[in-house]
Amino acid sequence: MARMKFLCDADRCIECNACVTACKNEHEVPWGINRRRVVTLDDGKPGERSISMACMHCTDAPCAAVCPVNCFYTTADGVVLHSKDLCIGCGYCFYACPFGAPQYPKVGNFGSRGKMDKCTFCAGGPEADGSREEYEKYGANRLAEGKLPLCAEMCSTKSLLAGDGEIIAQIYKERVMKRGYGSGAWGWKTAYRETIES
Amino acid sequence: MAYFARLVRLAIGAGALLLLVSAASPSIAQQINPTASAVKEQQLLQELNRIQGRVSIPDQRSGVLEQPAGREWREFRNVTLRWIGGVAILGMLAVLIIFYLSRGMVRLESGRSGRTIVRFTSFERFVHWLTATCFIILAVSGLNITFGRPLLLPLIGHEAFSEWSQWAKYAHNYLSFPFTIGVVLIFLMWIAGNIPNKVDVDWVKRGGGIVGHDHPPAYRFNAGQKAIYWIVVIGGGLVAATGYALMFPFYLSGIEGMQLAQIVHSIVAMLFVAAMLAHIYIGTIGMEGAFEAMGGGTVDVNWAKEHHRLWLEEENARTGANEARAQPSVTAAR
Repeated sequence: MARMKFLCDADRCIECNACVTACKNEHEVPWGINRRRVVTLDDGKPGERSISMACMHCTDAPCAAVCPVNCFYTTADGVVLHSKDLCIGCGYCFYACPFGAPQYPKVGNFGSRGKMDKCTFCAGGPEADGSREEYEKYGANRLAEGKLPLCAEMCSTKSLLAGDGEIIAQIYKERVMKRGYGSGAWGWKTAYRETIES
Repeated sequence: MAYFARLVRLAIGAGALLLLVSAASPSIAQQINPTASAVKEQQLLQELNRIQGRVSIPDQRSGVLEQPAGREWREFRNVTLRWIGGVAILGMLAVLIIFYLSRGMVRLESGRSGRTIVRFTSFERFVHWLTATCFIILAVSGLNITFGRPLLLPLIGHEAFSEWSQWAKYAHNYLSFPFTIGVVLIFLMWIAGNIPNKVDVDWVKRGGGIVGHDHPPAYRFNAGQKAIYWIVVIGGGLVAATGYALMFPFYLSGIEGMQLAQIVHSIVAMLFVAAMLAHIYIGTIGMEGAFEAMGGGTVDVNWAKEHHRLWLEEENARTGANEARAQPSVTAAR
């Protein structure tokens, strides 16, 4: 089975935010929540880099480890998903996540945060694949249709890669070799405890 | 002369051009490797253990790209806290059981006199039970967050456990308000009797009324009760403040602040629960005649004499006139 991962080639990201918009549109993400965002480091200075970031679907995911009701599960593809029926909106995953992925629709409203929402790697949730309930709670299930996450699929510079970790690592390695530089696979060390040697 | 000046100008011009070329060469080198001056992930993480940038979406808090500190927090939440809580609470229960088995209920040595004296007014008792009821629900729902997943979830299953935890979370959040009001009222209402003084030193030296076998004098509150008072005021204040920081995310701090708030909240809460177990023990099966104080509001005069002699003397001095009148009614009761 493939081990799904995201990889953002920061040397290619032009901060167009199309991944952010595509994600919001594809999944009809609730108002105020961004499952994906583009962060620019050293903005306007030499060496400025932009990185598109969402849930990294960590190996041994911290969110799943700290969840008091154990509502997370990892699919056979290595995608970290959760059940909104079991989630109690306590906020623990959001304290533990290194990437700021878990978000809540009603932040700060007397603790009634609502059910946590995060990137699903376009893989829906525990409901039947492609069902109406699944779409309403988690958004589209593109993986079940044999498609990869939309953010990466429509990335204009092919900076954002999504797919089997070994394949996208290989693509990135070849790029680095060809152009002679690369600022590394951002977040990989934190998420997967490994990085791509380049 | 004009020719010489032209030569000088030419020399200066050539020098300037040379300078310009040499200054420009590093920028040519940069174009060859654009990552030479680029930010490096590991370097940024080593510097701050957190990477923050700029985002163009309205949610500025999402500008934090990476914060691996959650890993230490996870270790605390899943391992350290369970040890602290387990040792504090089970340890306290074990101590209380052993103490009860060896000492038993501390009896009234002189028996009951049949005369009673008001110890807590109805308002004081209302505040106490308001805080106590909230505390018990807060403690159970809070312990559920730490110990529910390994202990209760396997017994009742995912759906039932989530349903219960959801209600427990609502109770935890909403009952924090009456609990905080209770703590504030306790602080104001009993502060006068809870300032430590010289009598307390002697009381502690003689082991108080529960550990030791004699009855060191005490005013309205003895050193043990004063300790409970300050545990409630300081512990309650800390859990309330940190709890509200968690309930209203980002009002006071970012994620690191919330991790810290959760650490303080949970450790103080675990110790608080352990301390309250001891308080409940002494107030119920640990000491004869103690529950009446908070139950009906009155205590037997002999109980007051044994445990709070100085307070009883104060009360008698204050209501000396009533003392004479109280006498006949007592005989009638006999």
